[in-house]
Amino acid sequence: MSSTTRIRELAVVILILVISVIVYIGKIQGWNNGLMFSPAVSLTVVIVIFLLLLYILLRTLQGHLIGRRTVFLFVGLAVVLPFFMTLTLKFRVSPEVQQLYDALSELQPGSKVLVSFDYDPPSAPELQPMAVAFLRYCLSHDLKVIIIGLWPQGPQQANLALEDALKSKEVAAKKPEYGVDYVNLGFQVGNEFVIQRMGTDFKSMFPKDYSGTVYDDLPLVRNVKNFSNIDYSFNLSAGYPGTQEWVQVAVDRYGLKMGAGNTAVQAPMMYTYLNAGQLVGLLGGMNGAAEFELVTNEIGKGTKFMLSQSFAHMIVIAFIIIGNVAYFKSGRKKKL
Amino acid sequence: MRREVPLFITFFIGMLLIFSVFIPPMESLGEDFTVFFDIIAVFAFFLGGGNLLRVHVSKLTRQKRDWQYSIVTLLGFAVTLVIGLFKIGNPGGIAAAPTAAGSLFQEIFDYCLVPLGATMYSLLAFFVASASYRAFRAKNREATILLIAAFIILLGRTPFGTVVTGWIPESFDVLQVPNLAVWIMNAPNLAGQRAIMIGIGLGVVSMSLRVILGIERTYLGEDKS
Repeated sequence: MSSTTRIRELAVVILILVISVIVYIGKIQGWNNGLMFSPAVSLTVVIVIFLLLLYILLRTLQGHLIGRRTVFLFVGLAVVLPFFMTLTLKFRVSPEVQQLYDALSELQPGSKVLVSFDYDPPSAPELQPMAVAFLRYCLSHDLKVIIIGLWPQGPQQANLALEDALKSKEVAAKKPEYGVDYVNLGFQVGNEFVIQRMGTDFKSMFPKDYSGTVYDDLPLVRNVKNFSNIDYSFNLSAGYPGTQEWVQVAVDRYGLKMGAGNTAVQAPMMYTYLNAGQLVGLLGGMNGAAEFELVTNEIGKGTKFMLSQSFAHMIVIAFIIIGNVAYFKSGRKKKL
Repeated sequence: MRREVPLFITFFIGMLLIFSVFIPPMESLGEDFTVFFDIIAVFAFFLGGGNLLRVHVSKLTRQKRDWQYSIVTLLGFAVTLVIGLFKIGNPGGIAAAPTAAGSLFQEIFDYCLVPLGATMYSLLAFFVASASYRAFRAKNREATILLIAAFIILLGRTPFGTVVTGWIPESFDVLQVPNLAVWIMNAPNLAGQRAIMIGIGLGVVSMSLRVILGIERTYLGEDKS
C-alpha cells in the first residue's frame, strides 16, 4: 500500500473520530434538537438527492459511469440525513406482525412469557428495537417476563433492552420488580440441547440467574418447572441457535406457543413455520419492529430508524436502475 | 480395532438415541446424553481461545501481512479475559457476577463491543448497495425475475411502497406493492424454502444413517494401517 493511500486512510479515520466526538458532545449538550430539519427543509433535501440521482442517470445514459465511492456517498447520506428529518411515514401493519400482537394481547395479566435473546451486538440495530418494544408491552400489561439467552451476549443485550423498556412512563408506573415481574436467567451453553432439557427442567439449565441468585430464591420462576408453565414465548434470533431450533424442539415436541423476531435476512426462512402455524407471528427486521411499535402505540427506535432504512432502500433501487441502464447502454458488456 | 471400536460406539449411541425418541421409558436417557454436549462445548471454548492465540502469535512473530492488527486482537483478548476472570473493576468484588452493573467487563461490552458490532453491521449497507449497482443485472429471464422480486420486496418493506401504490382502488389492492411483497413471501418464497428444508431434512437423515451404519467413515480420519 502506498504512503499516499496510508495518509488518506489516516485522514479519514481522524475525520470520523472528530465527527464522532462532536456528535457525542452534541448528544450530551442537546444540540441535536436544534439541528432538526423542518418538514420543508427535509423535503428540499429529499428533492436535491432525487435530482442528483437523476443527474447520475443522465450521465450514465451519456456513457459516463460512476465509481463505487459515489454509491457509498449516497448510501451514507441516505442513512445519516433522515436522522435530522422531521418527516413521518405512513406504515401498514403486515399480517404476520398483527398475528403476533393478537396472540400476545390474548394473554391474561400474570401470564408467563419466556423471551430468548439469541443474538449479539452486530445484529442489535435490527433486533434491539423489537426487543425493547416487546418488553415494554409485556411489562406495561402485567405479563411476567423470563429472559434467557442461547448466545453468550444475549443476556447482556436483554439488560440493555430492559433498561430502555423500564424508562417508559407506562412501565415505570407499574413499578416492576426484579425477580417478581421479570427475571434474567442468563446464558447457557448447549444450543438446542438447552431447549430440549428446558422441556423437562428449567432449573437444571439455569440453577442461578444472571446475577448469581439461586433459582428457587426467585419468586417468578420458583414454580416454573418446564415449558408447560409458560404461556407464551418470543424468540429474538440472528442465526444459529435461533428460531429454527426453538420451533423444532420447543414448539414441535413440547407444544410451546411461540412468536419470533428475526433479522431481515433470516425472516424469509421463517415463513414456512409461520404458514404451518408453528409460529403465531413474526417480526422481520427493522420493518417488523416499526410495525410492532405502531400496533402497540409506542413509537421507538424501530420507527425512527425506519426512515433511514427506507431511504437506503430507495437509494439501492435507484442504483440498481442506473446499473442496468449502464449495462444495456453498453450492449450488455460493460462491467462497472 | 482402532476403527472397529469407534464404529461400534457410533452405532450403539446412534441407535440408542433414535430409540429414546420413540420409546417413552427411554426418553430421559436421550436427555441425559445431552450433558455430553456441555462437556464438549467447554473444551471447545479452550480450543477456540487456544487457536486464536496460536494463529495471531504466529502471524505476529513471522511479521506476516497486516501483522499489526494481530496486536489489537491479542490485546483485546487478553484484556477482556483478565478483566472477566479476575473481575477487575467490579464493584461487587470477586464474588459478584462478571457482568454486574458498573463492572469494567460490562463497560467493555457497552462501550466497545456494542458500537464495534453495530459499525461492522452498518458497513453491510454500503457493500449491498455497491454490489447491487455492479452485479444486479437483467442478464436473462431468471435474473430478471429475481430483479423484479427484489424491487417489490425492497419497495414493499418500506412505507414508500404504500405511498407509491396507495392510490390503487381496494378492489385491485392485490396490486399494491406491500401486498405483492406479502404474496412473494407467502407463495414463491415459502415454496422454495420448504423445498430446501425438505431436501436438507432428507439429506441429514440419509447422512446420519450412513454414519450410524458405518458406511460413511470419513469422520474417523485416514486409515494408515
